[in-house]
Amino acid sequence: MTVLIETIGLTKHYQAGEGVVAALKDVSLSITPGNFVAAMGPSGSGKSTFLNLIGCLDSATHGSYRLMNEDVAALSHDRLADLRSRRLGFVFQSFNLLPRADALANVELPLIYRGMPRRQRRERAAEALAAVGLADRMHHRPTQLSGGQQQRVAIARAIVGSPDLILADEPTGALDTRTGLSIMALFQALNQGGVGILMVTHDPDVARYAERVLRFRDGRLIADETQIPANVAKALEALPEADDAA
Amino acid sequence: MTSPLPPIMSTARRGIDVLEALRGALAALSANFLRSILTALGIFIGVAAVIATVAVGEGARRQVLAQIQSLGANLLIVWGGSATMGGVRLGAGGRSNLSWDDAAVIAREIPEVQVAAGSIRQTFQVVAGNQNWSTIVLATEPDYFIAHEWVADGGRLFSPEEAAGGRKVVILGATVAEMLFAEEDPVGREIRIRQTPFEVIGIMARKGQNPTGQDQDDTVFVPYWTARRSVMGASRANARQVGVISVKVHEGEDMAAAEDAIRALMRQRHRVAANEPDSVSIRNLSDIQATRDASARTLSALLASVAAVSLLVGGIGVMNIMLVSVTERTREIGLRLAIGARRRDVLAQFLLEAVMLALLGGAAGVLAGMALSHILADVAGWPVLVRADAVLIAVGVSALTGLFFGYWPARRAAHLDPITALRHE
Repeated sequence: MTVLIETIGLTKHYQAGEGVVAALKDVSLSITPGNFVAAMGPSGSGKSTFLNLIGCLDSATHGSYRLMNEDVAALSHDRLADLRSRRLGFVFQSFNLLPRADALANVELPLIYRGMPRRQRRERAAEALAAVGLADRMHHRPTQLSGGQQQRVAIARAIVGSPDLILADEPTGALDTRTGLSIMALFQALNQGGVGILMVTHDPDVARYAERVLRFRDGRLIADETQIPANVAKALEALPEADDAA
Repeated sequence: MTSPLPPIMSTARRGIDVLEALRGALAALSANFLRSILTALGIFIGVAAVIATVAVGEGARRQVLAQIQSLGANLLIVWGGSATMGGVRLGAGGRSNLSWDDAAVIAREIPEVQVAAGSIRQTFQVVAGNQNWSTIVLATEPDYFIAHEWVADGGRLFSPEEAAGGRKVVILGATVAEMLFAEEDPVGREIRIRQTPFEVIGIMARKGQNPTGQDQDDTVFVPYWTARRSVMGASRANARQVGVISVKVHEGEDMAAAEDAIRALMRQRHRVAANEPDSVSIRNLSDIQATRDASARTLSALLASVAAVSLLVGGIGVMNIMLVSVTERTREIGLRLAIGARRRDVLAQFLLEAVMLALLGGAAGVLAGMALSHILADVAGWPVLVRADAVLIAVGVSALTGLFFGYWPARRAAHLDPITALRHE
């Protein structure tokens, strides 16, 4: 079986004042394509550092990281940017949409950096928005959308380049329970379509929907468990009362 | 529910999407419309002022140039020094020591000289019918018109026979013709100078003012020997005296060499001792031109420094606002870097924004400067000339200002750490 991600002894040190902080210590693991992985742990446990390293936003102090069999440590800034644009999609807790651009333009953004012609770009962005259920909101600006809709736009932006892996940093952290669940439902649906997901969360209720959970503490990977993901649809039904759906 | 989008096939290395960057820059500038306008204002004012002042300066320069050229090209005017009478020098206002023969000798002896024509002038009242006018009577020979590149507008100039034979003919300057004959054609008519009747044989083409503001057309021309015999009442002592000699140097010859030769020749003819100063002074009209050019260059240098200062101030404004923009949009930059923008994409984005800001200011400044020039031309009546190269330089320099002052903020944006930038509040 092919391996999407492989880390060996991945370690990250930060210079903090006089001392050196070891944010991540000796993490070795591999993730197969299409895996839905949740990284858990309290703040300062190293899970975000791990996400940044996997996302090619940061480089490791020691250890190796291979993405699709490519040694990331050896790559230039430009090649890392290319790798991010072709292989990865990012989803953030605070959505990070451009406030003055409409949903379509926000989703289009990654394709600009892949040199795609405008017309093709807009078609593809529209498809991505349709895939997250926002076909009728393409020309709304972020301020005209609810939190859940904004996160959907962000997810559309993450999948528009058909990445191998979506990196999600607390994707439900800014949303209420019901809306959070609908986002998890979307992730599960995307995952069933074949996209790998690495999601950082501190919330065990959210981690339930992944098929694998990594637990971090003090920079170390302390547990790596496979589980049967919980069914989001049932959880949604079980919610006491239906607020306005996102 | 959700099927993934098909993979993107093209993996070609890409350049920077300039059109898209342009669109983005425009969007960013219009998002902060008032701020963009205010930032561009510095460059706008600088460029507008420069375009207008250059137009005025150029207009004035052309006017002066035209005046100087109206006097004749390659022209040297030889002025007599004061005559010396019994060891007493009579001063510049005294009688001239130049003679008719000096002119002939200059023309004959100095190879650089094309023609040399002596002339003498005196103010008289001239009368035609019941009209009279006080004007300058200039007594000279046909070569004078060659030296001064002056042609007749109607009728003809003197023939050599008329010049030598003392016939009573006169050529009127345009102003005199107007004063004495109004709309009528004066050629063939008669005017009187000091009771002596003269036949009008021609009218000179209009020359306008000379650089000192005198109307060159307020003159009548009579043959030298006619004037000496019948009007200017020559005494024996100064029968062959002339006031100035107009010398035309052959095209392409060295004016300075001709001047030196004339000086030396005049010293010899006037028997000036080795320790005494020159007997003549020579005015070279290209010297006047050079002086004007020099003052024009001083003015240009002044304008250039004003332009440089205003562009510097404008550029610092651009840099300031770009730094603010980079700080405000730190998260956006982090996001762009995370989703695949290379450093050079971010650099190009902010650089283009700065250049467009400066260029918009510059282009608006050019338009305002041109409008201002036309207003000055209409209202103040100044001759103005907007030069195309000044416009191009102004636009180019404002673009360069944007590039120069936008580089540092853009570089700062491009080198942001995406993780830190994404956490920026």
